[in-house]
Amino acid sequence: MADAGPARVPTLEAIDEKFGPPEQTDQPSGYFRRMVDADWLRRNGVYATLALLIGVNVVITDNFVSSNTLRLQLVQVAPVLIVALGMALVIGTEGIDLSVGATIALAAAIIPLYIGYGAPGAIGLALFAGVVTGSFAGLLVAGVGVQPIVATLGIMVAGRGVANLLGGEIKSIRDPAIVSLGTDSVAGVPYVVVIAGAVSLVVWGVVRHSTYGRQLVAIGGNKRAAELAGLPVKRVLATTYVVSGVLAALAGVLLAARSRASDPTKIGLLMELAAITAVVVGGTPLSGGQVRIVGTIAGALLIQIIGATLIAHDIPDSTAQMVQAVIVVAAVYVQLGVRRANR
Amino acid sequence: MPGGADAIDRPANSATSLLETVGVDKSFGGVRAVRDVDFSLAAGEIRALVGENGAGKSTLVKVLTGVYPPDAGEIYFEGEPVTFCRPLDAQHVGISTVYQEVNLVPLLSVARNIFLGREPRGRLGLVDVDEMNDRARAITARFAIDLDVTEELGRLGLGAQQMVALARAVSVESRVVIMDEPTSSLEAREVATLFKVARNLRDEGVGLVFVSHRLDELWQLCDSVTILRDGRNVHSGAMADLDRLTLVSMMLGRDVDEVVEHGATEFGDSHLQGREPVLSVSDVEVRNRLHGVSFDVRPGEVVGLAGLLGSGRSETVKAVYGALHSQSGSVEVAGRRIKPNSVRGALRASVAMLSEDRKAEGIISDLSVRDNIALAVLSRCSRAGFVSESAIDRLVETFVRRLQIKVSSPRQKVRELSGGNQQKVLLARWLCTEPTVLLLDEPTRGIDVGAKSEVQALIDELAEQGLGVVLISSEMEELVEGADRIVVLRDGHVEGELDGATLSSSELLAALAGDIDTADALAQEHADG
Repeated sequence: MADAGPARVPTLEAIDEKFGPPEQTDQPSGYFRRMVDADWLRRNGVYATLALLIGVNVVITDNFVSSNTLRLQLVQVAPVLIVALGMALVIGTEGIDLSVGATIALAAAIIPLYIGYGAPGAIGLALFAGVVTGSFAGLLVAGVGVQPIVATLGIMVAGRGVANLLGGEIKSIRDPAIVSLGTDSVAGVPYVVVIAGAVSLVVWGVVRHSTYGRQLVAIGGNKRAAELAGLPVKRVLATTYVVSGVLAALAGVLLAARSRASDPTKIGLLMELAAITAVVVGGTPLSGGQVRIVGTIAGALLIQIIGATLIAHDIPDSTAQMVQAVIVVAAVYVQLGVRRANR
Repeated sequence: MPGGADAIDRPANSATSLLETVGVDKSFGGVRAVRDVDFSLAAGEIRALVGENGAGKSTLVKVLTGVYPPDAGEIYFEGEPVTFCRPLDAQHVGISTVYQEVNLVPLLSVARNIFLGREPRGRLGLVDVDEMNDRARAITARFAIDLDVTEELGRLGLGAQQMVALARAVSVESRVVIMDEPTSSLEAREVATLFKVARNLRDEGVGLVFVSHRLDELWQLCDSVTILRDGRNVHSGAMADLDRLTLVSMMLGRDVDEVVEHGATEFGDSHLQGREPVLSVSDVEVRNRLHGVSFDVRPGEVVGLAGLLGSGRSETVKAVYGALHSQSGSVEVAGRRIKPNSVRGALRASVAMLSEDRKAEGIISDLSVRDNIALAVLSRCSRAGFVSESAIDRLVETFVRRLQIKVSSPRQKVRELSGGNQQKVLLARWLCTEPTVLLLDEPTRGIDVGAKSEVQALIDELAEQGLGVVLISSEMEELVEGADRIVVLRDGHVEGELDGATLSSSELLAALAGDIDTADALAQEHADG
């Protein structure tokens, strides 16, 4: 345990007696102060931009400041956020998970098929689909050593194929419990939003305080060093893909519940891009070693509000996608700037 | 030997000089990697380029091949001054490089690789495969290499791949071929073939530069030698005029007749006698790297591992720690055999290893000093899957003070620290694990003098507390003064052991150089087996 044997780890008093009180030097030099600006932008750019965007909308968009608008935005962002939280963990390990969209489709296809087992049973099975796809990705990445982008690309294609096979055409969902999950609220807050909030809180806690979270960040920062320090690198990597898979499946359940239907060819399409965008815009570097959960939440909100703003002003969808692209490039550029300054 | 010893070391711009540098300087951020180096290579000559780590070999090679433009000095090719701005410029005048890592395309055929970028074209501008294969066969036949040129390169052994790289160098009609450690991953038989090809090239008038850490190979292959130390050319001359001891002493910068220094082993050996070894390594084999390495470490003992670059020092501690895959052999800690090839197994048996590569294998630069120190004990400082911050704080505070790590706060990013403080952070990481065996690979490399003596004092103190320490250092003084006993490695074998009366700089120097007769016998034995 932490308290070491007396022979090995001396007491603080003994050390002070021997060496005198601790010195404190090695302050950041001018060189490191210079990069603070770039670093500040990476850390806080997303919050500043979000605040600015909300401010602009308050002025130019009618009915922006209303509980209905707020509720709609939050309901729409919830599934993206849940997927993005899993993605943030994966990106923290210097990986990427392209299979989330397919997992969503798979989970959504399972709901109408197995609703005969009751809502909890169907939801349980849907989440288990996330465990399966995640385990598969984890096995390929951690066990076999396939590059994350290749491994999850394969699952992305195969997973949606299986979803189509299972689900076939669009199926509507009428089970009252599931419909209620997608539409009802508790104390004015939609269930969907409550769930996204709870997941955010849990993931935040895991990253900051759990052994797994700390190991994950260390592995993303320097995998070789983590291996030499005896960290269970493979187990942590595999677990991370399973977590991402389960969160994607949860998002799939919520999406199906909200739309009261499941269309395996469409549901969750391009979700991987939305999630990656939220994570990167939120300041988590693609090079791994850091996971910024609050930033990811702000990133997801930022993209949601940009889309909503453009729709409110009758700007076509294609333009919205281009705006999203510009934001991702800008965010990645800011990170590159920081890395260069650190060199 | 055509173009042998008499053809070398002519003055600048002499007609026989094929490639020559005069007063070449190259610095990186204030560190002068190469200083005022004169280097000359004649046609039909094989010149060895030797030096320890950081001597400037690879920098000089990169200047010669146009990767780095020199800060000062001139390069002459056949007596004409040349400027290489890019590697392509050097290739155009006929300088080819064969690297340790083959930089060809493994999925293409041998012939395609030889003619990559210059494939013979047939009708419609398509590659004329038959013509290409015929020409490739002609080239490989010249060197008596027996291989199918239509075979995928990646299916060949590393040695054969090196040969193809050489064949490519020949087919572009290179005048100079630079071989940067071409033999380091080859089997003895492959080395022999490579040498045959190199000699053929020499006989055709090509100039070759041969960089290798295997000393025996120098006398087998090379006509002449240039020795670099600390970026300077300390000796140029015929290979035959040097013996091993002189060569090694010039590489290391030690006088052969240096006064005998006694190891400052205050405890002597007496208190160590009779104690059961805490670490017992037997017959560890790592393919192409280690050939049956065995040694013991008793508690309270500092055992130095000495050897020139490429002798297998780092490989030995890595194999013991399970970080380098070994084919056979066993490692026992306090009499119990530990799980082979498992870092976690080694750590559980309370073995810890400080890697020589602080950046790539040590620090996690994005994390704080605190998280870096606690890395190896994260799960031990956890309860029910959550980290006990107070337990970590206690450990970190203890070691930051104990090792006098200079930080503004434990939450400071480790990348902001000086090299010496980063090294102390890593030492703290390993001491947190309460090791009984500590493997230290170059613990004082690249750190300032103050930190260095603190680290050395710490090693002594840890040994006094009863740890078994294995110490690797390129600095002879550090080994002679710090170690109770020195195990000398050469080409992956334990060459001998120094202790007590034989523990001195001059004895170590002689052991590092090795007796040439024994060395040849060993090489022969290895080639036969």
